[in-house]
Amino acid sequence: MGWYIGRRLLQMIPVFLGATLLVYAMVFLLPGDPIVAMFGERQVNAAVANQLRAQYHLDKPFIIQYLLYLKGVVTGNFGMSYSGRPVSQIVAQAYPVTVKLAVMALCIEAIFGVVLGVIAGLRRGGWFDSTALVLSMLLIAVPTFVMGFVLQTLLGIKLQWLPVTVGGEVSVKSLLMPAFVLAGVSMAYVLRLTRNSVAEVSTADYVRTATAKGLSRHTVVTKHILRNSLIPVVTFLGADLGNLMGGAIVTEGIFNVPGVGNALYQAILKSEGSTVVSLVTILVLVFIIANLVVDLLYAALDPRIRLV
Amino acid sequence: MSSRQIKTQSSGGPDSELPTPRHFFASDDTALLSDVDVFDESAPPSSLWREAGRKLVRQPKFIVSVLLIAVILLAVAWPTLFTKVPKNSCDLSKSLDGPSAGHPLGFEKLGCDIFSRVVNGARPSVSVGVLTTLLVVIIGGLIGALAGWYGKWVDALLSRITDIFFALPLVLAAIVFLQAFGQRGGFLGVFSVVAVMAAFGWPQMARITRSAVLAVKNSDFVTAAKAIGVSRGKILLKHAMPNAAAPMIVTATVSLGTYIVAEATLSFLGVGLPITTRSWGWQISDAKTMLRTAPEVLLWPAAALALTVLAFIMLGDAVRDALDPKARR
Repeated sequence: MGWYIGRRLLQMIPVFLGATLLVYAMVFLLPGDPIVAMFGERQVNAAVANQLRAQYHLDKPFIIQYLLYLKGVVTGNFGMSYSGRPVSQIVAQAYPVTVKLAVMALCIEAIFGVVLGVIAGLRRGGWFDSTALVLSMLLIAVPTFVMGFVLQTLLGIKLQWLPVTVGGEVSVKSLLMPAFVLAGVSMAYVLRLTRNSVAEVSTADYVRTATAKGLSRHTVVTKHILRNSLIPVVTFLGADLGNLMGGAIVTEGIFNVPGVGNALYQAILKSEGSTVVSLVTILVLVFIIANLVVDLLYAALDPRIRLV
Repeated sequence: MSSRQIKTQSSGGPDSELPTPRHFFASDDTALLSDVDVFDESAPPSSLWREAGRKLVRQPKFIVSVLLIAVILLAVAWPTLFTKVPKNSCDLSKSLDGPSAGHPLGFEKLGCDIFSRVVNGARPSVSVGVLTTLLVVIIGGLIGALAGWYGKWVDALLSRITDIFFALPLVLAAIVFLQAFGQRGGFLGVFSVVAVMAAFGWPQMARITRSAVLAVKNSDFVTAAKAIGVSRGKILLKHAMPNAAAPMIVTATVSLGTYIVAEATLSFLGVGLPITTRSWGWQISDAKTMLRTAPEVLLWPAAALALTVLAFIMLGDAVRDALDPKARR
């Protein structure tokens, strides 16, 4: 077990380096000169521009820039944005919002997906099952941004039940609609996964044995079917946390959520290398660690699985 | 399927209780390994596919999705079959007019016929999805097969590369990349979107192919083929890949739908296909500012997009049901 975690942590290093290098290279290739852009309408002062280029290491070759950035990250210095704010401050401001949004979305998809999926799986072939499967497919097929706009117009503007946008007021109420929109597609996947898993476990020999020895339906369902069928669902949910945080860029744009997606989009438009890479790097780390935790969880939940 | 059943190739109908054996094979202890191999090479895949085909045509999901996809492909190939109105004929005096004769869905802000735009939007949206899926199957299939088959350092190296691309969210990476390339018109614009989506979409396919190849790598028939001296490359192509094909096909069909959505998302964000292609994503993006006053302008292309994605997801679902060995009874 210890060996396994150690090896997985070691494997994270090349993935981390590769992903950051890739993102850094992409930002390096972005068109436009950010220093010239800083002058706006004014005449570019060559001395000031050169001073700024040196300050942001923009006068050095690409790979040196990357290594200097890495050195900063290792020593806890994420660098400065072109507007003079420390990147760590931008990160510290954006991340809590996105984490809140992603966790709310995760709760929504877990509750609705699992409950509806279990009901559908226990009554497979029935009308509830068929309706749930068709609805879940529809949920996957409608793009997130269409869902976002329609809900925003219906619930926010027409019915005025929920705030239209989030803006500066980050509260559970204002994040409720974005969280639902963000959760949509994953909720459909959770529902289908739960349904298939429950349906499969229901036909297992040990379930028949449990029924045959006279256990009540309630005990069979809660003690035998659910405990076994929810293992893949739990692991899916764990891995989805990273996806939700990274996939929030569209949802955050529609509902004006001041989170990572928004900060990232602004930074991309301004070609701010260190900000983009820092934001993405943390997303990648969350994703990798969530996957490691999921694998460990899998082994903890299912004693048949051994980690070597 | 037990080993006893494999020994006889039944030709009886699906309902015959005891299949009449047509070909007899000697029992294990006297059979030549080459005979066993000759049998293994052809029989199990063909019976799997034949049975899957039989199960497929009985599923309403499959029939509905195939009909839908046929209509969509017709619109992709010959849009003029559905609408005689040219896609760029707009008349400002008809701005936001309701449906009229020959214009079943009415007009949008600039007086363009909505039905004609929706029909003509099928080509860019669907072709991006199909091309991306093709590239993903080729890249992901190749890398996954090599990693699973050769193991050791090849696997370690390829799996880490897969992890790197897997860890970057598709839409996010595509935004940065497409910003860097800049918007291009015509074919180059379409190609850059396809290339970027494939570049960040292949890891899933690679993982699925790898695990499928790993699963058959240690099976008896592969050992048998090795024992009679079939080369490793040939075993991979003839024995391992046909067995990996089922999960690959299912993944490809479902992800085709998600790539169409991803293209729409990118076009919506302004970094997708060139504006001149008028894909569904672009049409939705164009109509979003008027959702309150003229919702139908947004809803029709969105419905076409959703229906297309639904058709491909349903097809993938039906194929999965037919190919899943656990569901075979």
